[in-house]
Amino acid sequence: MQSRLVYMDHGATTPVRKEVFDYMAPYFQEQYGNPSSLHAPGREVRQAVEESREKTASALGAKEDEIYFTAGGTESNNIALRGAAKKRAKPGHIITSSVEHHAVLDVCKELENEGHRVTYLPVDQYGRVDPESLKEAIEDDTFMISIMAANNEIGTLQPVRELGAVARDKGILFHTDAVQVVGQLPVNVADLNVDFLSLSAHKFNGPKGIGALYMRKGIKIDPLYRGGSQERKLRPGTENVPGIIGLGKAIELAVSEIPEKKKKLEHLRDRLIKGLLDIGEVYLNGHHKERLPGNVNVSFQYIEGESVLLSLDMEGIAASSGSACSSGSLEPSHVLSAIGLDHSMAHGSVRFSLGYGNTEEDIDYVLEKASPIVERLRSMSPTYHAR
Amino acid sequence: MYSEKVMDHFTNPRNVGELPDADAIGETGSFKCGDTMKLYLKVKNDRIEDIKFQTFGCGAAIASSSMLTEMVKGRTIDEAARVTNHDVADKLGGLPPLKLHCSNLAADALQNAIVDYKSKQHSG
Repeated sequence: MQSRLVYMDHGATTPVRKEVFDYMAPYFQEQYGNPSSLHAPGREVRQAVEESREKTASALGAKEDEIYFTAGGTESNNIALRGAAKKRAKPGHIITSSVEHHAVLDVCKELENEGHRVTYLPVDQYGRVDPESLKEAIEDDTFMISIMAANNEIGTLQPVRELGAVARDKGILFHTDAVQVVGQLPVNVADLNVDFLSLSAHKFNGPKGIGALYMRKGIKIDPLYRGGSQERKLRPGTENVPGIIGLGKAIELAVSEIPEKKKKLEHLRDRLIKGLLDIGEVYLNGHHKERLPGNVNVSFQYIEGESVLLSLDMEGIAASSGSACSSGSLEPSHVLSAIGLDHSMAHGSVRFSLGYGNTEEDIDYVLEKASPIVERLRSMSPTYHAR
Repeated sequence: MYSEKVMDHFTNPRNVGELPDADAIGETGSFKCGDTMKLYLKVKNDRIEDIKFQTFGCGAAIASSSMLTEMVKGRTIDEAARVTNHDVADKLGGLPPLKLHCSNLAADALQNAIVDYKSKQHSG
C-alpha cells in the first residue's frame, strides 16, 4: 500500500543510528560481564561504562562523577524531585511551571499529596516562564525549582540560564528536564546554573530505556530505590550496559554534529512552518525563534488534530497531536491551554518534529499532502461552513 | 486502534454536506471533548428520504456520523428514533473504549433532528 514513510515524530522518539547500534552490539553477547565483577570480563565492561560516562559528562560540560545513568527522562526527573523531597525532614515548597512534562507535573502532584506545596508558574503566550515571576514565587522553605529546558509539544525554549541564576542566587536547588534539548542544542551545566539535568538517549538517536541525571557535585539527595552500590547508590541495580554504551556513543555523535544539524533543521522547520501557514487559517503555536530546531506545532482552524494525523498517516506521514481526541484523556493538552489557546484551536493542533533523517523532499511531500487533507476535513466541518 | 470499517467511513464518508431545503436540522456538541456535528434531514411521508452531515471531530466522530447516516437513510422517523449510539458503534465493528462517546455525538444529533422535525410537524 503506502510505501513512502516520512517520519516527523522525533519529539516522541528517534531511530537508533547505525553507528550507535554497531557500537552497542558486542555488549549483548560478547562483552556480557557485570561491571561490578572483579574478573576480567567484568573489568572490561566497567571500563566501557566509565568511558560512556566520560562522553556524557563531556557533552554537558560536567565531571564524570556528576553523571548518573538511569532508565530515561522520567526516572531522572523522579530521582531528582522525589529524592530532594525525601532528603528533607519536613515538607516544603517546590516551584515548577504549568507546561512541564507529566514526568515532572505528576511527581509534583504526588508530592503535594504528601504535604509539600507546589507553585505552578504561568507562562506567556509562547510558553515561556518569566524569571521575575519565579523570583516572586520563592518562599522561605522553597527547596526545589524545576523548569524544563524546552517544551516537548510546542518546542519553546525556556530562559534556563536566567531562571537558574535566580535559584542559585537564593541557594535553591534547580532542576531542568532537558530531554528535548540534549543533542539538539549546546548544553553546558555550568553556563545554565543548573544543579540537576535530565536527559534521555532515545531522543537523540540512542536506544530506549536509558537516560542520565546530572547532579552537581556536593548535592545530597535520598535514593528512591535500595539495593546495590551501582551509580553511587543513587540508582542501584545492575547497569543497563548496552544502553549505557549506546547513550555514550549517541551523545558524542549528536553533540559533535549540533552546529550543522541545527542549521539544517532550522531551515527545514522554517520552510515547513511557512508552507503550512500558507494554507490559510493555520497558526503557529510557540515562539517563532526561541524554539527547538526541529519543532513545528500548528493549529489548523476548524478541524481536529486526530483527523489530520489519521489522514497524514494514510499518506505515510508520522506526526503527533495535542488534541483532546488523541490524548486519551478527553482534555486538550495542558501546554496548549497554558498558552491561552481556546478549546477549538487546541483541538486542531498538530506537531511535526523533525530530526536526523529528514530532507527537503520530506518537507515538499508533507506540504503537498497537507493542503488537500486540510481542505477535505474543512469541507466536512460545520464550524468551517459557519465561519 | 480503529477497525477497518471505521477507517473506511473516515476515508470515504457517506452523505457529507448540507441540505439547503432540509425539513429538520439536528446540532450537537460534545462538552466532553469539543467535537460538534450538524445533521440535515429531508423527510417525506415520515420517511428519511435524504440525509447529510457535517462534523468537526476525530476519526471516530466522522466515521460515526457517516455510519449513522447510512443506517437511517430510507428509514421511518420512528425507526430512526430507536437507533442508539451502541448500534452505531457495533455497526462500525466497535470503537476503542475512550472513543465510545464519539458515537454519542451522532446519535444525539439524530435525536435533536427528530425533535426539530416533530416540533415543525406540530407547528405546521
